[in-house]
Amino acid sequence: MVKFVENELTAIKKEVNDMWLLVHDQLNNAYNAVLNIDLELAERVMTREKRVNAFELKIDSDIEDFIALYNPVAIDLRFALAMLKINNNLERIGDYADSIARFVQRCPLREEDKELFKKLRLEEMSTQVLSMFAQTHESLSEQNIGLAKSVFEEDELLDQLNREAVDILADYATEHPESMKLCLELAGVFRKMERAGDHISNLAEETVFYIDAEVLKHTRSMERN
Amino acid sequence: MNKIEAKNVDFYYGDFHALKNISLTIPEREVVAFIGPSGCGKSTFLRLFNRMNDLIPGTRLEGSIEIDGQNIYDKSVDVDVLRKNVGMVFQRPNPFPKSIFENVAYGLRVNGIKDKDFITERVETALKGAALWNEVKDKLKESAYALSGGQQQRLCIARAMAVSPSVLLMDEPASALDPISTAKIEELICELSEQTTIVIVTHSMQQAARVSHKTAFFYLGEMVEYDETKKIFTHPEKEATQNYITGRFG
Repeated sequence: MVKFVENELTAIKKEVNDMWLLVHDQLNNAYNAVLNIDLELAERVMTREKRVNAFELKIDSDIEDFIALYNPVAIDLRFALAMLKINNNLERIGDYADSIARFVQRCPLREEDKELFKKLRLEEMSTQVLSMFAQTHESLSEQNIGLAKSVFEEDELLDQLNREAVDILADYATEHPESMKLCLELAGVFRKMERAGDHISNLAEETVFYIDAEVLKHTRSMERN
Repeated sequence: MNKIEAKNVDFYYGDFHALKNISLTIPEREVVAFIGPSGCGKSTFLRLFNRMNDLIPGTRLEGSIEIDGQNIYDKSVDVDVLRKNVGMVFQRPNPFPKSIFENVAYGLRVNGIKDKDFITERVETALKGAALWNEVKDKLKESAYALSGGQQQRLCIARAMAVSPSVLLMDEPASALDPISTAKIEELICELSEQTTIVIVTHSMQQAARVSHKTAFFYLGEMVEYDETKKIFTHPEKEATQNYITGRFG
């Protein structure tokens, strides 16, 4: 019994780990596609999005089987529930990577737009998202609650960069009305990155729930209010 | 309100220290499950509640067990009266070699009740309470041995309930039964708990999770953890409890 359960847990852990790495690649490539105006890389992200979706369904199905066949309790039950939610959040983050890649395909970007990217601190925003994503992954692998919780504070920086980007884009659009569409699209990219940060915070919450049975959902937003 | 209160209970089989300093309270009309590996002391502890261990030579109890505020090991306590108030159902159904009717009527007759109408009414009520009436109402005079294992176990529950105990002890009541009969017993436990305090020993984690309000985990004669069943099965405090309920030892 124990060995069967351990084997199942190990298999699910490996799948979620692989999903995490796949989505990390997707995010990283999507950001590089924007920063370097790389249409080919954007195309690759869009193609691989189907793999992310298929992987999500596979993991959902495997966790459903695990719950049905092994009736997990305590930490095993928390693991199954947390992995289900982590899987769904990863897929949403994958959706944002796909959307950002589609922006590169849809919006004819020019070399001079890179100056605007610098003003917006686009690279800093993307580095921050990837760093939070990797940090949460490490917190799960190492079962480190402190590391998971530190992600919440870092999410504040994403909110701040997003707010600043909107102001900068509003001014830029006023000065360059011909770039209105680009500004609106870029605001959308920043919003997606900020939302990806929210989903990464969800990953950290689920990690804490799995390890320590502590429910953090909604508590942080209540504390802020 | 607490129905049962055990205070600093130690129990010995000769030199063997079977239960070590156990204290717990069981609220009235709740179902409490005792879980733990074989030999951990859970059945021994259960049998203390109706003094079944008195029958085993060389045993010794320290501490006290109170039911409704009275120490049931006090010299003034009449064990027969105690066992009328604290019924028991065992792992294997043990009907008497009598008819279905007489099995249920037995406790009433032993307690000196002779009124036939009263006995007939109580037998019917007890069989209905044990969800067995519809299956046996046309063959009450047939031998109890003609019933299936699941029916026999429900008959034993009806027999225990016929004398209206306020506490029902169940020692692995469904471990010898098929899933359908097990489900019926579990439904019965839920229904009976509206009027009766139930303490159940079970090796089935799922059964403990399904039927009980509180769960106590025993290991090597000690009560490791006692808490709300939801808490025990979602985030137990003790690592030993978690290891046991997740099947990692025991």
